Amino acid sequence: MAETQALTKKDLKSDQDVRWCPGCGDYSILNSVQGVLAGLGIPRHNMLFVSGIGCSSRFPYYMNTYGMHSIHGRAPAFATGIKLANPELSVWIATGDGDGLSIGGNHLAHILRRNVDVKILLFNNEIYGLTKGQYSPTSKIGLKTKTSPMGSVDRPFNPVAFALGCGATFVARTIDTHLKHMEATLAAAAAHKGSALIEIYQNCVIFNDGTFDAIADKTVRDDKTIDLEPGKPMLYGKTRDRGLKVEGFDVRMVPAASADTWKADTSSAGPAFVMSQLDGDPTMPRPIGIFRSVAAPIFNDGVNAQVRDAIAKKGPGKLRDLFYNGDMWQVT
Amino acid sequence: MTQTRNVGAELPSQQFENVVIRFAGDSGDGMQITGSQFTHTAALLGNDLATFPDFPAEIRAPAGTQPGVSGFQVRFSSSDIHTPGDRPDVLVAMNPAALIVNIKDLAPGGIVIVNTGQFTERDVAKAGLKSNPMTDGTLSGYRKIEIDINDRVKRALEGSPLSPKDVQRCKNFYTLGLMYWLYSRPLDPTVAWLKDKFSKKPELAEANIKALTAGFNAGDIQELFQARYEVAPCTTMAPGTYKNITGNEALAIGLVAGAELAGLKVFIGSYPITPASSILEQLASYKNYGVISFQAEDEIAAICSAIGGSYTGHLGVTTTSGPGMALKGEAMGLAVSLELPLVIVDVQRGGPSTGLPTKTEQADLLQAIFGRNSEAPIPVLAASTPSDAFECAVEACRIAVQYMTPVILLSDGYIANGAEPWRLPDVDKLPRFPAKFTTVAPEGGFLPYARDEKRARPWVKPGTPGLEHRIGGLEKAHLTGHISYDPENHDFMVRMRAAKVAGVRDTIPTPAVVGEPQGDLLVLGWGSTYGSIASAVEIARHKGQKVSRMHLRHVWPLPAGLDEIFSRFKAILIPEMNLGQLARLLRSEYQRHDFISYSKVQGLPFKTFELNNKIDAILGK
Repeated sequence: MAETQALTKKDLKSDQDVRWCPGCGDYSILNSVQGVLAGLGIPRHNMLFVSGIGCSSRFPYYMNTYGMHSIHGRAPAFATGIKLANPELSVWIATGDGDGLSIGGNHLAHILRRNVDVKILLFNNEIYGLTKGQYSPTSKIGLKTKTSPMGSVDRPFNPVAFALGCGATFVARTIDTHLKHMEATLAAAAAHKGSALIEIYQNCVIFNDGTFDAIADKTVRDDKTIDLEPGKPMLYGKTRDRGLKVEGFDVRMVPAASADTWKADTSSAGPAFVMSQLDGDPTMPRPIGIFRSVAAPIFNDGVNAQVRDAIAKKGPGKLRDLFYNGDMWQVT
Repeated sequence: MTQTRNVGAELPSQQFENVVIRFAGDSGDGMQITGSQFTHTAALLGNDLATFPDFPAEIRAPAGTQPGVSGFQVRFSSSDIHTPGDRPDVLVAMNPAALIVNIKDLAPGGIVIVNTGQFTERDVAKAGLKSNPMTDGTLSGYRKIEIDINDRVKRALEGSPLSPKDVQRCKNFYTLGLMYWLYSRPLDPTVAWLKDKFSKKPELAEANIKALTAGFNAGDIQELFQARYEVAPCTTMAPGTYKNITGNEALAIGLVAGAELAGLKVFIGSYPITPASSILEQLASYKNYGVISFQAEDEIAAICSAIGGSYTGHLGVTTTSGPGMALKGEAMGLAVSLELPLVIVDVQRGGPSTGLPTKTEQADLLQAIFGRNSEAPIPVLAASTPSDAFECAVEACRIAVQYMTPVILLSDGYIANGAEPWRLPDVDKLPRFPAKFTTVAPEGGFLPYARDEKRARPWVKPGTPGLEHRIGGLEKAHLTGHISYDPENHDFMVRMRAAKVAGVRDTIPTPAVVGEPQGDLLVLGWGSTYGSIASAVEIARHKGQKVSRMHLRHVWPLPAGLDEIFSRFKAILIPEMNLGQLARLLRSEYQRHDFISYSKVQGLPFKTFELNNKIDAILGK
């Protein structure tokens, strides 16, 4: 009973009540993901969401697809097993800054390094929400939380730089309130063959409200962010009158006419890394969009090709041959 | 098989029922290969055999030192044997460190073959000895055979293109040749092995074959020995086709077979760890059996990927040792909650922490049964011998698939590396237990946590249209599998999972009592104590003691019928390589019985005489 009709967003909503806090950025992410996935032409039964633990990790329960809510930080490991065992599935991970970069940092690094064909949504709210408000590995220095009453002295991760360092083949950033951008970014990630990591700036209304306001608020967003669109000039500002130019390891603000064209598929990840380093400079626009998108061998393809090759060369294994080989002797 | 040449025919030939040889040398001396080759040849000659490789955790400890000593004990016999022997009859010592570490084990009057070429003052000092054990009385009471193997090999390989250093690396094959001569063994199997092993480096094959042959010929020409020995083929083994196999090999084969018998393919996600790594290595070579092998980034990712494999309809497997088990605990709990099949193999080693990575122990029993947060019941099996690891692996797969549950299979370092003849199974007689996948929603709708007669829930492969559902580690509502915080539901589900695992008891046999069904003493074991217990009980019964034995393969849930069996014996002795974990478990499960715990945690298996001494002490003899 294969689904032949095109899916609608509604088809991807599960029968479970969504239980995020009112006003949480997760709602818009869920909505965008359902919208984008409905249009991919993939049957619902071939979609699979895996998550770890945290607010974001409730995501699979709300998707009317296959799904596994696993254990803290380990979603990439489950997803790797799933994708290796059934490469036909479209596998998505929902994770957060704590789940993905703290307890699960190791697994995130390795799934990106291997280039497993899995799409990773990293909800970054710079706080531990589900445990009620402790600083996370992306919290800003000085953030006062229950476990950092005098302000955090813990230097934060830059998720984009982390992913680039792992050799990720697709790295992007978007914002929960920037729906159009989020949907375009999700669609680009879905089209990528290999691991795709999307950092999503996501507002936690309860424990870290407004942490991205300085760049993400609609009133400043055009001036404070720059959308990296592969093959297009690097322009920003309400009237797109300003641009960026990469010179060696530096990035300069220039008039629109002098802006560089953004390339996300350079042989070196250097330009992407240089752009990722603008995060710490309040005078520069914050890059969002597609930092990197390159083709590379896909782990699950390689593993499955070896299985096919072995079967082609040796023939499908038979139980008898498994036992009866090598040096044997008879006892009569 | 033909002898390479008919030498030593004029020497008297003595028949022995069984012989124990220990090869001991530096980690770099190739003693494991020497021992394996001797074993291989003994197997092809039809001897029953058992081996005990014993090596340090360091790959190459400083040469000539005591921590760098590597040993391989092999016992070969014309009758059934269960252990590699308490004491070697022959010790081959390649240097002073190897001699001093092993001489205390040599049987009184035993033969010690010493490589005098490696006994200079400097060698003695390297071994940390103040005097030369060759001359200080250490060897009194033994038959000492002195031979300068360094020099013999040098001369045998004169004109070889190999460097002097590489020439010396052929010493082990010279030694092996000498032992082949002494025990009247053919060279052919090892010659064939060398040719295959060094097919791309024929000069190495040639040099080692020369050394092997020179060692063999030296036995005759040099008049080192007064006699040659023979150990006839074992005639009491059950008819069939046999091959020599280690525990890890048997276990790997068993996992592939178990999956096949369930109609599944293996997905193994593992992280290398001593002494389990070779299971992953072997499964990685079975790709034509559809095995997907994944070397994960850590122990946790390993089990998580295996659960992912199971979720998609493979038989997920993860293999590890104690420290890795500790890391996998949380994911095992998830597997209990997801109710997916999974086989977790723990090849136990000495602990706690890193402990004794290359030594054996049985101290993960309670961890396996209880070592998870909350009520997370998992069936636990334990292999008793290298070949039994095959059957246990198949059985673990059966339980996992039929009950939709993770299963823990315990092995240990002694079983993993030890070898014995394996009677190859008749493929047609193996049990089949095909996995049943749900592909269409039943009348009234699909319920992911509905249950069959074994309380197993349905298994649905993602990709099946119309059965989309979510599973996870949050408590699930009975039947629907939705998240549920309802107190009554949680109580129900905790009891349901416990009842499901307890129900495994309905499909496992009561273990046999070997010996009289009642008596003065029942020796009860689990895991790799099997061989020592079987030997000790045999000896005790020969002496007329009313001793029987029983061995547990299923350690959780415990099989039915134990209580009644226990009541037929005046005392029950449980030898374990831990501080009495099974005894503790049985004391809580069968409170009306007394269990005598006999512990040894030296990283070494029980010696048969140790058990006989204990039996004698209990029976007052």
